Amino acid sequence: MSTQSTHTLSVLVDNKPGVLARISSLFSRRGFNIESLAVGPTERPEVSRITLVTTVDRPDVLEQLVKQLNKLVEVYKIIELAPNSVQRELILIKVRCNDTNRSAVIDVVGLFRGKAVDVGTESVTVEATGSSDKLAALVTMLEPYGIIELVKSGQVALGRGQKSITEKNRVALRAAN
Amino acid sequence: MANKSTDLPILTGAQALIASLERCGVEVAFGIPGGAILPAYDPLYDSSIRHILVRHEQGAGHAAEGYAMATGRVGVCIATSGPGATNLVTPIADAYLDSVPIVAITGQVNSTFIGTDAFQEADIRGITMPITKHNFLVKRTEDIPESIKAAFHIASTGRPGPVLVDVAKDALTGRAPFDFEDELVLPGYKPTSQPHGRQIKESARIICLSKRPVLYIGGGVIKARAWQELADLVELTGIPVVTTLMARGALPDAHPLNMGMPGMHGAVSAVGALQKSDLLIAVGTRFDDRVTGRLDSFAPDAKIIHADIDPAEIGKNRVVDVPVVGDAKAFLGGLVESLRHEQVPEYTEWTQYLGGLKQRYPLGWTEPQDGKLSPQHVIQRIGQIAGPDAIYVTGVGQHQMWAAHFLPFARPAKWLTSGGAGTMGYCVPAAMGAKVGAPDQVVWGIDGDGCFQMTNQELTTCVLNNIPIKIAVINNGALGMVRQWQTLFYDKRYSSTDLNTDLVPNFPKLAEAMGCVGLRATKPEEVDEVINQAMAINDRPVVVEFVCHKDAMVWPMVAAGTSNDDIKIARDMAPEWEDEVL
Repeated sequence: MSTQSTHTLSVLVDNKPGVLARISSLFSRRGFNIESLAVGPTERPEVSRITLVTTVDRPDVLEQLVKQLNKLVEVYKIIELAPNSVQRELILIKVRCNDTNRSAVIDVVGLFRGKAVDVGTESVTVEATGSSDKLAALVTMLEPYGIIELVKSGQVALGRGQKSITEKNRVALRAAN
Repeated sequence: MANKSTDLPILTGAQALIASLERCGVEVAFGIPGGAILPAYDPLYDSSIRHILVRHEQGAGHAAEGYAMATGRVGVCIATSGPGATNLVTPIADAYLDSVPIVAITGQVNSTFIGTDAFQEADIRGITMPITKHNFLVKRTEDIPESIKAAFHIASTGRPGPVLVDVAKDALTGRAPFDFEDELVLPGYKPTSQPHGRQIKESARIICLSKRPVLYIGGGVIKARAWQELADLVELTGIPVVTTLMARGALPDAHPLNMGMPGMHGAVSAVGALQKSDLLIAVGTRFDDRVTGRLDSFAPDAKIIHADIDPAEIGKNRVVDVPVVGDAKAFLGGLVESLRHEQVPEYTEWTQYLGGLKQRYPLGWTEPQDGKLSPQHVIQRIGQIAGPDAIYVTGVGQHQMWAAHFLPFARPAKWLTSGGAGTMGYCVPAAMGAKVGAPDQVVWGIDGDGCFQMTNQELTTCVLNNIPIKIAVINNGALGMVRQWQTLFYDKRYSSTDLNTDLVPNFPKLAEAMGCVGLRATKPEEVDEVINQAMAINDRPVVVEFVCHKDAMVWPMVAAGTSNDDIKIARDMAPEWEDEVL
């Protein structure tokens, strides 16, 4: 019965202090998992958009999570993005290198359409964006050179096509009557 | 628009706060002033709002709850920052779990000091985030009216609940144009109160297909004041009813189709009704673990219609066949209308079976052999003498369960108890709040000796503010419910449950020290006498101590973590279900 599944939710919230605390406190209190969370402003200054990736054991956990989120007064709208939505993370990796293998490192990064953003005598820092699978592959390729440190953003995502999250005809995850 | 703000009166934040409360219809507030909230107490001095100075902020919170439950309006409590605010945490959590509409106003340190660990600073908004329906931290004077207005709106609509408004001191002392008429904009708050017609029709359809339906009625029916619709539905269909702890009185106990209270200490007929049912019509209830017992064996054959104003309750603990989001009154009313046009089957065989259970396993008790009082008898007599029109308030524990069994539940919204949170200490302050809200009604608190010692200081408040409540202390000298578990599950090892109330305190003297009348009954023949004496006193609070048998137990009982099917009517005694009947 227990089959883990991962879901990407886009959540429109009031752009006010404390909203993120409310959401993360709800997740911890009710025992929901957050795999990744990214918050930023939207085209409307009073609204922030949270992209939230969560893994659940059962479908009813996702339903409960969405219903509980919907109860927060500062949450305007929640939609689940389809698996084929545009999903991106940003990664910055500081890789050990020297004069002999620097161009090899940069070649690898080039294959992933990343680029070098800082170069020193013993390291190069590269950036890349993409789905989490792609970035994981990049990390695997760079590991043999030695990764000094890396940092990854939370995932951001948008649905495909011309529609926006705020359009009425979009299926929102409001609790159905 | 341009000159709108110039037409508005300029008020201090404190004045704006009090003016906003007045405009929200607040008549009474319970609270204690202190440094950060002090500015607000100055305009409060001249306000039409009656402020009742309590002795502990927890008392203010429970009093606000009692007021709200007795009147159906929003209760208000006020405290200062830091410890004042944290003392409200328990009643706020209590109100959250029992969906009681209260607004808590707290002072906060100056906005410029927030985050510096200033004197009496506590992040009360952060602390109460998981136990409020919503909360606000107000740092700007001009935001005060809208926050108060929003707080009352949120607390009282949809699923009711507590809302906290934390106001920084400099917001109270600052000045701003007072604008209360602005329309409230809460784009993320749109509770659904009108259930979907299609879901009501579907409910009616499967009710007509069921053979053993039960109306599983919760506190939401009381909150929605939907008892008439419930009575109409029962009348129309003949479907038997169980009323949870929070819904006692929603349908009179004397009604032949009322099977009583389900749950851990429920009646056999009520627990049996749920377990043997093929359709639960759950209204304003949340499949709490105290009702369901082990979830995987709860009502195993039943389909579920679940109507609740909070969509998150639907499907939370039990998979639902017909979900209905909406107000209990609208749902029950809609169902009555819908079923009028249907051929509702006769449920005679089913109701006869349940009636048989009710008859064979009535609630009762065995008289104590040590000459002390039977707590159940005491509570039953209070109920019989004070009658069904009195408001009854309880603490938490054995006395609460006996009260739920033996009081005369004939009218709705006369029963105040701490259900979800199980807050010992609820009784005295909640009774105080109820009496303030309903001064013409008799208010009896049924309390335990453990509970009473947690919050009895509010009797001083009652004396000074002319709030003549009556408190029965069911003194069995122990934390009785815990002791009962120790008797049953811990080999009678009474670790830290003996309260030694045979030594101290002297309850009547304690009561008298606070200005109440203190009475005591130790022998069965004194019981009626002291109750009648208490009934005759209406100018002061009365505390009546009943010296009760220590080992009286609450039965029936479904042990924690076991199935409702394993209910015991006494130690090692299970009812006979006569399954073959169905």
